[in-house]
Amino acid sequence: MTLYARRRIRNAIALALSGAAMVFGVAWLAAILWALLANGVSALSIAMFTQMTPPPGSAGGLLNAIYGSAVMTVIATLIGAPVGVFAGTYLAEYGEGSRLVPVIRFVNDILLSAPSIIVGLFVYEIMVVQVGHFSAWAGATALALIVIPVVVRTTEDMLRLVPNSLREATAALGTPRWKIVTHVLYRAALQGMVTGAMLAVARISGETAPLLFTALNNQFWSTDLDAPMANLPVVIFQFALSPYEDWQKLAWSGALLITFVILILNVVARALASRSKKLV
Amino acid sequence: MIDKTMSAEPARTADPIRPPVSVATAPTETPAPGARPKVEIRDLRFFYKSFEALKGVSLAFDDKSVTAFIGPSGCGKSTLLRVMNRIYELYPEQRATGEVLIDGRDMLAPDQDLNLLRAKVGMVFQKPTPFPMSIYDNIAFGIRLYEKLPKGEMDGRVEAALDQAALWDEVKDKLGQNGLSLSGGQQQRLCIARAIAVQPEILLLDEPASALDPITTSKIEELIGELKSRYCIAIVTHNMQQAARISDRTAFMYLGELIEFDDTATIFTHPSNKMTEEYVTGRFG
Repeated sequence: MTLYARRRIRNAIALALSGAAMVFGVAWLAAILWALLANGVSALSIAMFTQMTPPPGSAGGLLNAIYGSAVMTVIATLIGAPVGVFAGTYLAEYGEGSRLVPVIRFVNDILLSAPSIIVGLFVYEIMVVQVGHFSAWAGATALALIVIPVVVRTTEDMLRLVPNSLREATAALGTPRWKIVTHVLYRAALQGMVTGAMLAVARISGETAPLLFTALNNQFWSTDLDAPMANLPVVIFQFALSPYEDWQKLAWSGALLITFVILILNVVARALASRSKKLV
Repeated sequence: MIDKTMSAEPARTADPIRPPVSVATAPTETPAPGARPKVEIRDLRFFYKSFEALKGVSLAFDDKSVTAFIGPSGCGKSTLLRVMNRIYELYPEQRATGEVLIDGRDMLAPDQDLNLLRAKVGMVFQKPTPFPMSIYDNIAFGIRLYEKLPKGEMDGRVEAALDQAALWDEVKDKLGQNGLSLSGGQQQRLCIARAIAVQPEILLLDEPASALDPITTSKIEELIGELKSRYCIAIVTHNMQQAARISDRTAFMYLGELIEFDDTATIFTHPSNKMTEEYVTGRFG
């Protein structure tokens, strides 16, 4: 057999193996999405968006949980994203040569991969135990602690992607350092940074563990940030484990809703990211 | 060209005129009586960490002239330019010793304000670096750093800068477009316009045409010829024909040292140093 023929066979084998691996991976994803759609769509209704979580045996919706999730996600992002942006800016632009920087980066990477239940327990210790009750504030804080490392990382990465020539060109006009960062570098890295923040939002909108010990849950409509607040992940967790069929159905549609929202966030984030690559 | 009156030169102090430091085999330049070189560099040494990239360079050049720096890669010519506006200070591991006098004042002095220095000494880089904003804002950005102008006046300044850079006619109908949407040559002229919009006294051009096609290059060269009447221009180039075409004086550098510095015609026709001769005739480098 010629060398070329052997190479062709090897290539065919490698291609078949990687194709099979791809199918194996995607098949599970498809199965999950299928199960979600099959079970979730049947339970979808207007009532889901208009009514509160019901007691077992009666009709109801997920309005209080949807509201709670939205509120805590927004607060967590408002707290976490600016902190993350500032810290990421320090790491990328101001920390050069500092010995602190590798340490911060290392700690941040640990935080990035820390199990979210640890974050929940931590906030439980410092907030819930101190005041004696669960609250939406505690839930939002726990989520913010998950947002921060994600945003720190993406901000730093995106700023590092900005070529040094742009820093030099801006400095060459006599631009003060803070203005170089805020007026030019942020602009150049904006889409990537927004993408990072959106990925962080997508991540926390599905987190259950940090909310179990902090915001807990609430069967009723509540806008009090100082009281337990309903949220989709914990509702899904409780309802799915319950023996009541109508609760289980609501859990399915809640899961479908979250998946859909995260999917949209990811698609938008990726579209933004690919646009930013074209510009730089 | 729009006629813009340049700010009057500050009155010259009674500083004694220093003749430019003679270098190696270079003949000593005698400045016109009463005139002092715009830029005078004395015993400049530059270090990247512990590597010495400039080994005691001294030279001086005049206002309203083009000085070209030539030499093989790594000879220190770009480094020399980067010292004149202290842009190297963005990198903590780089440092310079010696003196860079502009109008007699040492710009390397620690108390020299960096941003004021860079307002006086503009720079254009090898690769076009438009800011990620509109064409208009690319120019206005620098002006806004130093002046608060009403809209109408700002419009005039932006137009004047683009006009001086021979770009106005091409962009006047799309000032709101992103600067990154321009072609490479237009982007580079935008960068030149941006540099002159803040009304510097000295322009440093670091291989401004090396990434451009021949037609755009000749446009930029023409532009440099026009800008010479109002600025002191220092240009680094890899292209010896370019240096011969556009500069009044040429400095040949090699391995961090200034080998020869003389009138461009002399450098290219009968240089006094053997190495210079071999370089300009293409026998090494």
